[in-house]
Amino acid sequence: MHIMEGFLPIEHAVGWAVASMPFVAYGIGSIKKQIDANPEQRMLLGVAAAFTFVLSALKLPSVTGSCSHPTGTGLGALLFGPAAMAPIGLVVLLFQALLLAHGGLTTLGANLFSMAIVGPFAAAALFRLARRLTLSFAVSVFIAASVADLLTYVTTSAQLAWAFPDPTGGFVTSFAKFAGIFAITQIPLAISEGLLTVVIFNALARFNPQELKDMNVVRPPELRA
Amino acid sequence: MKRHQNILLLLAVVLLAALPLWLVQKPLPDANGQPVELFAGADNKAMALIGDIAPNYVQWFKPVLEPASSEIASLLFALQAALGAGFIGYYLGVSVTRERLKRELLIMAQLEAQARSENPTRAD
Repeated sequence: MHIMEGFLPIEHAVGWAVASMPFVAYGIGSIKKQIDANPEQRMLLGVAAAFTFVLSALKLPSVTGSCSHPTGTGLGALLFGPAAMAPIGLVVLLFQALLLAHGGLTTLGANLFSMAIVGPFAAAALFRLARRLTLSFAVSVFIAASVADLLTYVTTSAQLAWAFPDPTGGFVTSFAKFAGIFAITQIPLAISEGLLTVVIFNALARFNPQELKDMNVVRPPELRA
Repeated sequence: MKRHQNILLLLAVVLLAALPLWLVQKPLPDANGQPVELFAGADNKAMALIGDIAPNYVQWFKPVLEPASSEIASLLFALQAALGAGFIGYYLGVSVTRERLKRELLIMAQLEAQARSENPTRAD
């Protein structure tokens, strides 16, 4: 989902940066408030960031014959709320933009919006919905994390289609083309991300039940793993 | 049961990553007879598509720092993954140990209480 450096027209680059900024600011405030209230959650915040670091470094082959990577934002969004992932995503994307020439500074706003804002908010909303439908904890986590991953790439496709509409078919044709590259490639990877997020939640539920309970992620009777 | 579930989930992830390597056929050379690279990055494919849709678009900003070679790039990606995985491993290790100590303390407390309440007349 990394839009390459310099590959968004300047108005789009600035626009996405402006759109992402309030989320980052709000996210920093939200993280600060949670850590001030529960300093012992600092390590768990590190885990959420580390999970994004690992998953976004893993470029996996897909059935379309191209490679892409998961985002890992679902875990943090469920633990700390979606806003918290905006600053964490910023750190990851900056690392990749500055050191790896992967993504870029001019496209940081757009990439941040798809990966660290749309994804996490989708994850949190889907998780809540799935729980309301009384789906099991693992299934809810899976749906939240995998659909969030996929939506990140759908967002990237829309961003590119908006910036580069097809000369004849306009936005729709262009979106179909970009989604053909990003979203289809992403489907098996999104499933992988969902499964991996369930694995890490299983580990947390087994060894850190108190934290999950404090953060209202799990209902107490479900912790007898 | 949970342990089983985790192993199955991880197995599924490995399969999802490995199957494409095996299923996807090598694409035919393109119109110019150039071989098409298999398993290239989707990001680069999107960049090529931008070139198709808007041939006059010029990349107006270049990356500040580019990895000196693809080897260096893979070094940095490996570093990124290692840092993340290292931290998660550390945290889980701490959590496992903490849980074990808690359980041992509980057992010891129970044994002590038992020893104290034990009555020699009731030793049947």
